[in-house]
Amino acid sequence: MGTVPFFAYIILMLFIPAGEVLVGAFKGATHGWTTSNVSQLVHQPYLHSYRESIEISLVTALLGGAIGLALAYAAIRDGTPRWIRSMLTTFSGVAANFGGIPLAFAFVATLGTIGIATQFMQRQLHLNVWQGADLFTKTGVEIVYLYFQIPLMVLVIAPAIDGLRREWREAASNLGANSWQFWRYVGLPVLMPSVLGALILLFGNSFAAYATAYSLTNGNVYIVPVVIGAYYTGNVSSNPHLAQALALGMFVVLAVMMALYIPLQRRAARWVR
Amino acid sequence: MAFLELNDLHRSFGGVKALNGIHIGLGEGEFLSLLGPSGCGKTTALRLVAGFDRPDAGAIVVDGRDVTRVAPNRRGMGMVFQAYSLFPNMTAASNVEFGLRIRGRNRSDRRKRVLELLELVGLGHAVDRYPHQLSGGMQQRVALARALAIEPRVLLLDEPLSALDAKVRVQLREEIRRIQLELGITTLYVTHDQEEALAISDHVAVMYGGVIEQMGTPSEMYTAPATPFVAEFIGTMNRLEAKVVDASTGEVEHGSRRFRLDAARGRRNGERVLILIRPEALEVSAAVNGGGDLNTVRGEIITHTFLGPVTRVKLASDGTMFTADMPPARAAALPVGSNVSVQVPVEGPKLLSLADDAPVSAGLDGEDR
Amino acid sequence: MTTRRFIAPSAAVWLLLGAAYFILPLVATFLFSLRQLQTGHCCTVASYTWVIHNGQFWSSLRLSVELALETIAVSLLLYVPTVYWVHLKVPKLRPVLAFMALIPFVVPPIVLVVGLLNFYKGTPIWFYAQPWGFLVAAYVVLAFPYMFFSLDSGFRAIDVHTLTEASQSLGASWGRTLFQVILPNIRAAALAGSFLTLAIVLGEFTIANLSQFHTFPIYLQYVNETQAYAAGAATLVSFGITWAAMLSLLFVGRKRGARASVVAGAR
Repeated sequence: MGTVPFFAYIILMLFIPAGEVLVGAFKGATHGWTTSNVSQLVHQPYLHSYRESIEISLVTALLGGAIGLALAYAAIRDGTPRWIRSMLTTFSGVAANFGGIPLAFAFVATLGTIGIATQFMQRQLHLNVWQGADLFTKTGVEIVYLYFQIPLMVLVIAPAIDGLRREWREAASNLGANSWQFWRYVGLPVLMPSVLGALILLFGNSFAAYATAYSLTNGNVYIVPVVIGAYYTGNVSSNPHLAQALALGMFVVLAVMMALYIPLQRRAARWVR
Repeated sequence: MAFLELNDLHRSFGGVKALNGIHIGLGEGEFLSLLGPSGCGKTTALRLVAGFDRPDAGAIVVDGRDVTRVAPNRRGMGMVFQAYSLFPNMTAASNVEFGLRIRGRNRSDRRKRVLELLELVGLGHAVDRYPHQLSGGMQQRVALARALAIEPRVLLLDEPLSALDAKVRVQLREEIRRIQLELGITTLYVTHDQEEALAISDHVAVMYGGVIEQMGTPSEMYTAPATPFVAEFIGTMNRLEAKVVDASTGEVEHGSRRFRLDAARGRRNGERVLILIRPEALEVSAAVNGGGDLNTVRGEIITHTFLGPVTRVKLASDGTMFTADMPPARAAALPVGSNVSVQVPVEGPKLLSLADDAPVSAGLDGEDR
Repeated sequence: MTTRRFIAPSAAVWLLLGAAYFILPLVATFLFSLRQLQTGHCCTVASYTWVIHNGQFWSSLRLSVELALETIAVSLLLYVPTVYWVHLKVPKLRPVLAFMALIPFVVPPIVLVVGLLNFYKGTPIWFYAQPWGFLVAAYVVLAFPYMFFSLDSGFRAIDVHTLTEASQSLGASWGRTLFQVILPNIRAAALAGSFLTLAIVLGEFTIANLSQFHTFPIYLQYVNETQAYAAGAATLVSFGITWAAMLSLLFVGRKRGARASVVAGAR
């Protein structure tokens, strides 16, 4: 069958390595099986890492989702010139891919201690934005993450907003409803599966991100990917199985997200036909 | 005094004049169809009545009250859209009760009315189904029930049957008419299907290029079209350009031939006219040698088209193409290539005066608005 | 709801705020890159000259571009026949492939690299220690979802069966059919997938970092840590390259009407 090369490759390069991680999490430093690595996950400091990761992901997913939805709707709705939508989509395509190292630096240049915006606010407006804290914290990471979360939301939710048929708006109006009533009874309920699906996507995207946080904080914000990375780049005690256990934990969280995402997508596709 | 009045409505989009001074009056309980090709302005006019658009000039008056500036959700009109207008997240019943819910009716009242209406449109058994579980025809019935639920003063329908199968269309249009008559609701119906308009309306207004070409009863529109466009748009029509040569006897000259037509009497000599003859009015028979009066021409059959109840025959006679309808049995006796005689009746044909800029051919042109 | 003739005020506010948030960092980076090393103020193009004349900048960029091209080539070679075959012969497998295209969301690069480093530790040096072996192999996996969704929509837009049968009835072999008939017709989709892959590889940091190869993003991070103002120039160059890739994608998509799903890459 013509698909053999493909499946062989995916198995070799994706499934087996992933399997390695999942299995390796249960191996001990010497030979033998153990749950000690996995059980460490629910204790400090690793529990803290998961909490940080989950918190950042939730915040950026919800905020990014809300702002992205508002932006997408603003660009698509009646009355807004067509070119604005094209620009927003193009820019979102770029911005969603503009992550990692360059993005981290761009924000340092903006809001870092000697950043352009920080200095401007200090000198011209006499505003000390950071009040002692700085960009290289959890909040800073959240602010930076929004730069690719919001465009991702715009890209993902735009087709769903397109699918809001004009006839529904007009029919609702014809039957006596005002704007609020339309959104409450028709608009938001119809959008909800897509919005929830998009939020899950944003959560997963944020949860899995490594480069941006690493570059921004030089490994000082201990989200899970950074902790995993430390085992390979740093001089931390090398227990590869612990890194694998951490990866297993990530996999579990993300798998749960996927399990929620797929039926939501199906629901959304069914209504907006 | 008309119940629903469209007074001198004008509307332009960019540089295009979609509506150029429309006057329509409907009596209470009347069913009027706006008929015309894409781009003629009929949907624009309907949307102005519904309130989804504002006219550049003119007024819309309902029962004496000017509603031109009233928001669409306050006009008390029910609208049925072409397709996809049912709220996908609600069942048929919830869709129908939507307007009542907005108006604050209590639950049992709503439920009663919803069931009543769904029964009226023949969907008592599909009350709890979702739109994606209903066929196109069923969805439009629900849409109709939904529009009727709020007891509108005016019912507006925007090509509600265009997206449906042919058989469903015929069935549903009769039901719409039946319900409309039963409830006595003033109705404005937009369509591009002339058969549909003629079948169910009290009056028909043919539109083209943003103006009304002619308004009248279906019968009037069919037998006495007032302009070449209407003549072409409604039914099939033979159209021959001719010149009046003798108004006293009613003789007209078409190409190298002459016909005597009652309709030519009393006209001006030398006037350019268009002769309109319905296909069923032409008598076609096997050619007889010799004789034949002024109104008989000889020709050769070019094509047969079997339409079911009749066969439509195209024949050529001295450079003119005629279309004639006849019973299929008779057409079988006159195969392609036969020489035939065609009798143009003296009484039936109508004459239209040809102005220099009158649109003679109708077709699917113009932009969709 | 009446047909609006002008933009809604709330929409305008949102769009302006959005524009500000997104443009500001780029402007700041630009201003930063113009600062003089000595005074910390404007204005000099020293950073840009430094970048342009910097050997490591160009060698790492070249490496990344080469890796990207190699990834694109291998991906096309692997995925195009596969998606073609599935559309033609085994449509039932399509949902399976679509599901598999979601797996990289569950096994993100950080998890994947952990497994890859472990599993391939024993493999020969020419694979494991070379970027064009190990790294490209990993990148081909990363590219899969983007390639798949692009190619899939491309194949759905053409009538695969008719084209193939017509070609074969005229005597063409499978290879010829694929290259001369099918490929030209999905060209836009393949190009779209390729540009996305380019953007991903040029921005991929995680795997490269943990497996310690010297790609462009790795170098950018190094500059970030050592030369603040030059990093501004380098960042803008990187951003410019991503823009160029995305604009090419838009241009290609507009020409043939292929819809590519554009989702996030480098994080």
